[in-house]
Amino acid sequence: MSSTTNDTTTEPSMAASDEAAPEVQMFAIYIDAPAQRIWDAITSSEFSTRYGYGGEVEFDLTPGGATRDLTTPEMREMGMGEVAASGTVVEVDPPHRLVQTWSAAWHDEPATTLTYEITEYPGNACCLTLTHECIGAPNTAKDVRGGGDAGAGGGGWPWVLSSLKTLLETDRAMSGAGA
Amino acid sequence: MFKALADPTRRRLLDALFAQEGRSLGDLEAVVAEHVEMSRFGVSKHLRQLETAGLVLTRKQGRQKLHYLNPVPIQLIHDRWIDKYTERRVTALTELKRDLEEQS
Repeated sequence: MSSTTNDTTTEPSMAASDEAAPEVQMFAIYIDAPAQRIWDAITSSEFSTRYGYGGEVEFDLTPGGATRDLTTPEMREMGMGEVAASGTVVEVDPPHRLVQTWSAAWHDEPATTLTYEITEYPGNACCLTLTHECIGAPNTAKDVRGGGDAGAGGGGWPWVLSSLKTLLETDRAMSGAGA
Repeated sequence: MFKALADPTRRRLLDALFAQEGRSLGDLEAVVAEHVEMSRFGVSKHLRQLETAGLVLTRKQGRQKLHYLNPVPIQLIHDRWIDKYTERRVTALTELKRDLEEQS
């Protein structure tokens, strides 16, 4: 499923933002909060407006249920519609596993797949792992990779997940994150 | 994390994953073998250290275990160290924004 090229002769460049992003990407972060709180932060607007890009979220948490990431007033001023991304819930096992499809409204590409896994370690922080499969969706893959200018919305998942950690651990929004 | 980076083989493994993600152990072993002689066990031990440091993540696909880079720790280092030097400016602007918004 991943790219089949096997060219290791070229030197890897550090200018990641202009390059094609991997089709399958993984992100992991330790968060010092109970699994249920991390789950709520992903699936409810009460939290989603206070980290990441700050839009409200809608989740019908049953297999086949609809999910929508809504835009903020700021995004709508920039010409975006009501919905930033939409998808369908594939698998739900609260508060440990959520699989959903995800289509960014600003790209006309096939739906991608997000898998959230929250692993609990008794007496320790939880690990949140996000796998984003962007098969045949290179522009979406590039946007979610991060490494760009966070102030201009180029932070991708690393920036979103970092702001989720900040919010849950300190109860305040990370600088620049949230609505 | 800094300890994980302080080894040429581990840095080579990260470079290889940076160039192409989703690689198997056998594939990464071949990359290392281009530079130094190392057993599969040795390569796997280095990979495990990178995993423990949170820099490399794995997922199973069929019988294979595929390796991916985790870009999040780099972001956290950025927040912790790089932003340290720009924080004051950003805070000043955030406060200004708040003041202006409250006035309007």
